[in-house]
Amino acid sequence: MPEIDTLFLFGSNPTEAHPIIGFYLKKALQNGAKLIVGDPRKTWMAKRADVWLNVRPGQNIALLNSIIHVILKNGWENRKFIEERCENFSELKEKVQEYDPVSVERITGVAASQIEEAAYLYAHAEKAMIVYGLGVTEHISGTENAMAIANLALVCGQIGRPSTGIMALRGQNNVQGASDLGPAPTILPGYQQLSDNDVRAKFAKAWNVEIPKEPGLKSVEMLDACVEGRFKGIFILGEDPAQTDPDLNHVCKALEKVDFLVVQDIFHTETTRFADVILPGASFAEKDGTFTNGERRIQRVRKAVEPLAGMAEWEVVSLLATRMGYPMSYSGPSEIMDEIASLVPIYGGVSYDRLKSGGLQWPCPDKDHPGTSTLYTDLFSRPNGKAWFNGLDQHQPGETADQEYPFTLITGRRREHYNNGSQTRRCQGIDRIVAAEKVEINPEDAERLGIISGNLLRVSSRRGEVRVKARVTDRSQPGCLFMTFHHQSCLTNLLTSEHRDPITGTPEYKVSAVRIEPVVDKVK
Amino acid sequence: MEPKQAMTVNGRLIAFEPGKTILEVCQQNGIPIPILCHDKRLKPYGGCRLCLVEVDGAPRPLSSCTTPATDQMKVTTESPRLFRLRKTAIELLLSNHPQDCMCCEATGDCTLQELAYQYGADLDRFGGEQWDLPLREDNPFISFEPNKCVVCGRCVRICNEVVMAGTIDLTGRGFTVMPDTAFSKPRSLQNCEFCGQCVSACPTGALSGRKSRGMGRRAEIERVRTTCTYCGTGCNLFLKVKDNKVVGVDSDFDAPVNHGNLCIKGRYGYDFIHHGDRITTPLIREKDGLREASWDEALDLVASRFKQLIKEYGADAVGGFSSSRCTNEENFLLAKWVRTAVGSNNVDNCARV
Repeated sequence: MPEIDTLFLFGSNPTEAHPIIGFYLKKALQNGAKLIVGDPRKTWMAKRADVWLNVRPGQNIALLNSIIHVILKNGWENRKFIEERCENFSELKEKVQEYDPVSVERITGVAASQIEEAAYLYAHAEKAMIVYGLGVTEHISGTENAMAIANLALVCGQIGRPSTGIMALRGQNNVQGASDLGPAPTILPGYQQLSDNDVRAKFAKAWNVEIPKEPGLKSVEMLDACVEGRFKGIFILGEDPAQTDPDLNHVCKALEKVDFLVVQDIFHTETTRFADVILPGASFAEKDGTFTNGERRIQRVRKAVEPLAGMAEWEVVSLLATRMGYPMSYSGPSEIMDEIASLVPIYGGVSYDRLKSGGLQWPCPDKDHPGTSTLYTDLFSRPNGKAWFNGLDQHQPGETADQEYPFTLITGRRREHYNNGSQTRRCQGIDRIVAAEKVEINPEDAERLGIISGNLLRVSSRRGEVRVKARVTDRSQPGCLFMTFHHQSCLTNLLTSEHRDPITGTPEYKVSAVRIEPVVDKVK
Repeated sequence: MEPKQAMTVNGRLIAFEPGKTILEVCQQNGIPIPILCHDKRLKPYGGCRLCLVEVDGAPRPLSSCTTPATDQMKVTTESPRLFRLRKTAIELLLSNHPQDCMCCEATGDCTLQELAYQYGADLDRFGGEQWDLPLREDNPFISFEPNKCVVCGRCVRICNEVVMAGTIDLTGRGFTVMPDTAFSKPRSLQNCEFCGQCVSACPTGALSGRKSRGMGRRAEIERVRTTCTYCGTGCNLFLKVKDNKVVGVDSDFDAPVNHGNLCIKGRYGYDFIHHGDRITTPLIREKDGLREASWDEALDLVASRFKQLIKEYGADAVGGFSSSRCTNEENFLLAKWVRTAVGSNNVDNCARV
């Protein structure tokens, strides 16, 4: 990464959310890389950017289309790459015609000159990399946003070589592994399709049980079904939907309604309030296992101390299955990994004795395979190995600011805390330096409303309200607010909306229309 | 890639990639060279003069950390003259260093201590003025004992070169030079990220993790290499364990992803593990609240209730949520539990939310 010569950071605040990746990017800047930042917030990186594209929340596709528009208009595209490795270019070409920088300036709030500058820098780079985060995916058009980014990289041929390409920063320690290993309603472990008869037969044979053909429900659908009274029992392993899912009032209704709820966690959370049975969990220090990071690297987690409650989750799940009439018995996580390797081709060569130092990057199909660090060096993952351009339209977010709710709320993370904060809020020092949530508001808006830092505000949306103190800062642009969901004392997701990306089901955490009112007069 | 070149070190022929320093080539080939002011994460500095080596054709010893390795170079890393020079450099550092190793947090994990031992340094060879400054603990994470600082600048350079936080710099002139914040202000979120990178770079006891002080030194603790539990970067780290308790976190400099770098959460976000709020026994909800139960009782209840619901409403009415916070093995197992013991595909993880 330090060899990048142009970095395009989109919807990501790595110096806070991924500090160590932030270090790599900072090194690239020190080595002279140009920096383009697309973000509605004036982040650390945005302040230092050669071009800051201060896009209004949810207007990403218009912006990206416009950058491609400028590139094509000036003939800066990589024609050889497009001809040899891509298809359907004409659709994209036609679509982006509509997105000239001057009209797009009105939609996105980004000056036309900035769009042109960004297009010039990206298209003229030797090795340009796009790094994006949840500011791209946590939108109603999250999937299309990611495709629009892919369009840009393909148009310029900035992919498939070292220090180029697209890097999506993953939020949680093992979000990659959890996606890889099959807790999903339509896929079996290793992205093997449930609908494939051979796949089901393979698992049926290994597990000695018929695998149901009918796809299951997504977590949000299970909750919807609970509200409708159709869903009766849920086992929640280490998750806190009652704080971290959007539109909490709906989530709470579902958890209240479900007949039998079991939650396994290390602390009492908003979700355990609804549990009929709470099972103690073991922290990462209390068990063996593996996590898979954002670059698909499978790495060991090692037991440092005994589980406080005597058992780790893998033991609990095994015992529960056994008591329900399906015997499970493992000598330890290493044996579970051996079973994974036997059933999941991309993990086929993984075993604990190969993970002693450094880990392995999947795909790693067999015991002699060294793992794979770069994907798509010569072929893309379509049948003919060519990438497909999609002409994409800008759709409006599920909710936009209006007279009644004039502010756009963006949610995210701070460096010091993590998600529902159940761990970091219980760490000495961290609890003290960031003791409570604050809503970030632009100085212009604050002055107009007579708000100063420290004022207690009521922030409300169509779904709920929270009380939170103000922090006046130009990190927020006029009309935008920023909050995190780290604190139980301020359940930010009471505000966020029910809108979701229709393809992935990812909620639109990044755009909610809200209003603010001081609660009492200027209390410090 | 340019072709490999070769140099001779202590009579041994060593091939290397061009662009490396003598120190890097030697370290990669297991040839020890003493050094205080360098850290693999930093640019070469040439401050401590301990890494001096003799190079054929050079009129005087050169610092190996700043001298590029070149083809056909002949290097000697150990000689009576180098030993004498290094010993003197160490003794000069010790002339202004407290001799309180028996009480020092860094004992057993201190480069200065190791080198003084290795070179048989005379602790009192150079008398003179010594610093007498108080311990500074103006923040929850980082303790600073200025008297133990050898002014190698590693803390300052990692803060500026790697973290780019600009929290500290070398201040003062001559004898009073010391790493400090601007205007000696206490560390706060206004001027510091509390990543503790400076602590991880310090070769002596000058900077230490405040939460771990007094909890056990290197010889008393076990270090368990593991992967961080927070974001998706996958940093490796060591958990410091004493008496079945995690008492701190150390950098793992061989980690492929983070090379010893950590952020505030990775380095200081560990003490939730033993927090009094931990749930330590299964709990069953009764009309008047939660009551404690044994694993047997709780698991029997959970199993029978799920079985009853499956019987009454079908397997499609039961499911599980898995978590990106859990291990691969646990995610696999929960997915398996739903598809075998329950008999539905109602299983999902939190990747989409």
